[in-house]
Formats: sequence, C-alpha cells, structure tokens
Amino acid sequence: MAKVLVWVEHDNMSVKDATLAAITAATQLGEAHLLVAGAGCAGVAEAAAKIAGVSKVHLAEDAVYANALPENVAPLITSLMCDFDAFVAPATSTGKNIAPRVAALLDVMQVSDILSVEGPKTFTRPIYAGNVIATVESSDAKLVITVRGTAFSKAEVTGGVAVIDMVASAHDTGLSSFVGSEIAKSERPELTSAKVIVSGGRALKDPETFQATIFPLADKLGAAIGASRAAVDAGYVPNDYQVGQTGKIVAPEVYIAVGISGAIQHLAGMKDSKTIIAINKDEEAPIFQVADIGLVADLFSAIPALTDKI
Amino acid sequence: MKALVCVKRVIDYNVKPRVKSDGTGVDLANVKMSINPFDEIAVEEAVRLKEKGVVSEIVAISVGPAKAQETLRTALAMGADRAILVQVNDNVDVEPLAVAKIVKAITDEEQPGLIVTGKQAIDDDSNQVGQMVAALLGCPQGTFANEVTVEGEFVVVKREIDGGIETVKLKLPAVITADLRLNEPRYASLPNIMKAKSKPLATKTPDHYGVDIATRLKMIKVGEPPARAAGIKVADVDALASALKELGVA
Repeated sequence: MAKVLVWVEHDNMSVKDATLAAITAATQLGEAHLLVAGAGCAGVAEAAAKIAGVSKVHLAEDAVYANALPENVAPLITSLMCDFDAFVAPATSTGKNIAPRVAALLDVMQVSDILSVEGPKTFTRPIYAGNVIATVESSDAKLVITVRGTAFSKAEVTGGVAVIDMVASAHDTGLSSFVGSEIAKSERPELTSAKVIVSGGRALKDPETFQATIFPLADKLGAAIGASRAAVDAGYVPNDYQVGQTGKIVAPEVYIAVGISGAIQHLAGMKDSKTIIAINKDEEAPIFQVADIGLVADLFSAIPALTDKI
Repeated sequence: MKALVCVKRVIDYNVKPRVKSDGTGVDLANVKMSINPFDEIAVEEAVRLKEKGVVSEIVAISVGPAKAQETLRTALAMGADRAILVQVNDNVDVEPLAVAKIVKAITDEEQPGLIVTGKQAIDDDSNQVGQMVAALLGCPQGTFANEVTVEGEFVVVKREIDGGIETVKLKLPAVITADLRLNEPRYASLPNIMKAKSKPLATKTPDHYGVDIATRLKMIKVGEPPARAAGIKVADVDALASALKELGVA
C-alpha cells in the first residue's frame, strides 16, 4: 500500500480545516501519515493523532519551522520523502507555496488542486478557472499533490490513535525570514469553512453601504462575509473577502449573492455551494443561471426587509 | 541588478474556453490569445523597479510557440529591454517543471538578481513555476506578492495569504510571483509598441538548454464541469425569508 505524507496546516495552536479534506484524499491513495512542522506545536500533533484514519504523526518542532517558510520546510519534507510514495498538501496559500518547491526538489511534476482521486495516479483537476475539468495521470515515481478543500469531505477529528514520532533534523537555510503578518480578526466564521456566506458585489456602492447592508444580514444568519472582485477592487472590503478564481474557493451550505452579476471568475469560486441564492435587480444577470433561488429586487429595500423578517 | 521576467501566452481572460468535442483538449483555434494577466503584472513590477533605479535591465522570457513572440513584444512595449523565446512546436504544452528547468538554465547564463513571474497561468492554473524555479536555484521565493521593496541585498515581500497579509524578507537573488493587487499594469503607448519591434528578441530551443520537455502528466480527457440545474425565482422578500427558514439557516 502506498505511503502518503500529508502537510498539516496549523497556526501552532490548532489544525486548520483544509487539512482534514487533504487527509481524506490521502486515505484514498494509501496509508496517511501527517507532518506537523512548527514551533511549540506539540498540542497540534496531539490533536492530529486523534484524526480518524491517520497511521502516524511526524512532529518536527523547531524555531526554523515556526512560520512554514518554504525555504526551510521544503528540505525537511524532501528528506522525509525517501520513505513515502506521495506528498499531499491542502491547496491553501501555505500548501501552494510549499508543494511545488518540494516537487521540483524531487523532480516531480505536481498535480495541483485535485477534485477527485480516480486511480492510484489518476486525478481530476480544474483548469481554465474551473470552466474545464481535466483528468490527468502522473507518470512520476512519486506524487506531489495539492487538494481543493471543498472537493473532499473532512476527516473526523476524533477516533484516531496514531503514534507521534519526533523528526530530529532542523536546518535554517538563512535564505528568508518572517517579518510579520496582519491577519484580519473577526467574530464571524472563516470564509472557507463557513456554513452560510453572504457576499456583496459592486452594486453595494461604497464601503459604508456595504457594511450597513450586508453585515446585519450576515450577523443574523451567523454567516461569513464575501465579496466579488469588483467590490474588492472598488475598496468596499479588504481583499481577503474576495470569492472567485483569484480569491477564495468556497462551497458553503448556503451562498447568498447580493448585487453580484455573476462574472465567470466569481462563479468559479462559489458554484459548488449546496444552495445558491441570488438577489439582483437585473433579471438577466448571469448569477440567476446558477442560482437555486432567485429574487429580482432592489437590494437596498430587499436586504433590510429580509434581515427584519428572519 | 538585472531582472528576468517570465511570461506566458494564454487564452484571453475574457474568452470562455470551449472543450473540443472529442474531449482531447480545449479548442484554441481562432481564439484570442493574450499575455497571462498575472505575468503582465510581473512585467509592470519589473518596469517600476527599473524606473526607481533598482533594476538596470529587464530580460523577458517565454516558453511557447512561435506566436509567443507577440507576448514578448507586449512585454518589450511595456518596458522590457530584450527578450528570449524558447520556442516549441505549436500545440505542444510544456509543463511547469520543464519551464522551471529552462528558466533555471537561463538564470545561470544571465545571473539576474530578481526573477519575477505571475503566480499562475490562467489556462492550466498550476501555480507552480515560480516556486519550482526557486527550488532549482536554491534561492528564496516571495509568492503571491502584494508589495515588493528592494532593500540592499534583500527584498521585502508582502504576500497575500489566507486571512490576510504576511511579510517576509528574502536574500537576493530571489523569485517573486505576482498576485492580482501588486500593481495595475500600464497600457503600452503607440511609440513604445513601435520601439518594441526593434528591441532584440533571441530565439532558442529547449534542447539548447538541455531540458527534456516530455510531459509527466498524461492528459486522459477534458470535459465540462457538471452544470447546475436551473433554479426557481421567488416573488418577494417574504417568500425568500421562508425559503431560508426551510433551509434551516434562519
């Protein structure tokens, strides 16, 4: 059976959800081992060991791994890969940063952003912004894969009894250093794991109107807030709110698109949502072609009215 | 300091790709092609660094068919100084790993301080070349760049990450991949488009760099994604509110 090493995305505190989908993909390929690399992250390794279906957790704890700098992490993974047939990472900004560096060091052509496992070396993946789905088969001896989080179910976070193995080696390449990060703090659920998302488009006019219209509805539904590229480019909300091919790919239970026309690039980021609801005053807007429930109405009266009624 | 900018000729971002009826690929015959939008941002960034006096020369490179010359001319018209086309036959797809090996070979010859490219091409959406080039060169990478500042022997890169922005400091030479909001590319002026026609453009082959471009990923088939069934329209806000209640979210 193939042995698969899975990159665990974490903040040195807890395992990020996207990892759970990557673990599901890994178990479809073979025996899933997890790599927890970080600083002061023993708690993460303990939580990872409880995830269902995991065979072993490899813990590399050192200051050089604290911020998942690819220059330091990729050599660690490459050195572990002599015992594995595949490396799997969630297709998050960290996974996308690290995996190709590992692939090149192993002389492997990476399979990016897979949607399904069709065989031991065969996968489907989106190309052309999700307008086309390709089925590809790797001919490399080892596999390097990133996994689209919304395409796989999440592994259960309990039930596993994996052992934790310490990885000894740590080396700072000295090529890069972490200066800092500005992570938007929010009481609301995270966009990529939210059950309900309320998204606004360019029709929201300005930042104040966006806030006054979208935020109360989202608060009432306990929803995350998203935006189209047009709304982000116009400065209504920060860029990490952007849903779409070049932003976040989401697949919540319910996606409510408010004043979003439905450009191809936006649809690519949300069309796997279970139920799509669209509110737009233009009944010809392309968003209605993918919406399960549509309401043709002026959002400035409809959204406050809806917020009152629920 | 010299900057190398890697650009790709891709289907224009406004064109909806059509799958060939036999499922072997996407129909690119008579389709408008353009410079990959993220690569255009990469070119712009290099030109701005040259205007600031940080970069002295910009070499634009592309791996692609003869027509990728047009893509390189776009880069030259925006402000690149010269170009190298690593030419392959029409309809030959060169995978990111092979492209990275070619870029590495050119880097060994040109010795740039910065290698700048787009974070991904909008055709195969691989998001790999920049990271792979950095790996092969053993140099640091600043992917998904939102802001780039050269400070002496280092470059400070603000990166777009899930949930916010991360700042890293990289030792030069380094690879930068451009994200959407790094800058807004300029339109090339007519005089600059004319001038670009006489800028040097060398044509090479993958063989010249000793790189094997045989594909590692076999394309079994391509198809359309499953279509969503058409939904219903509700009459008013009351109906929408009760629909939300039925879904169990309100």
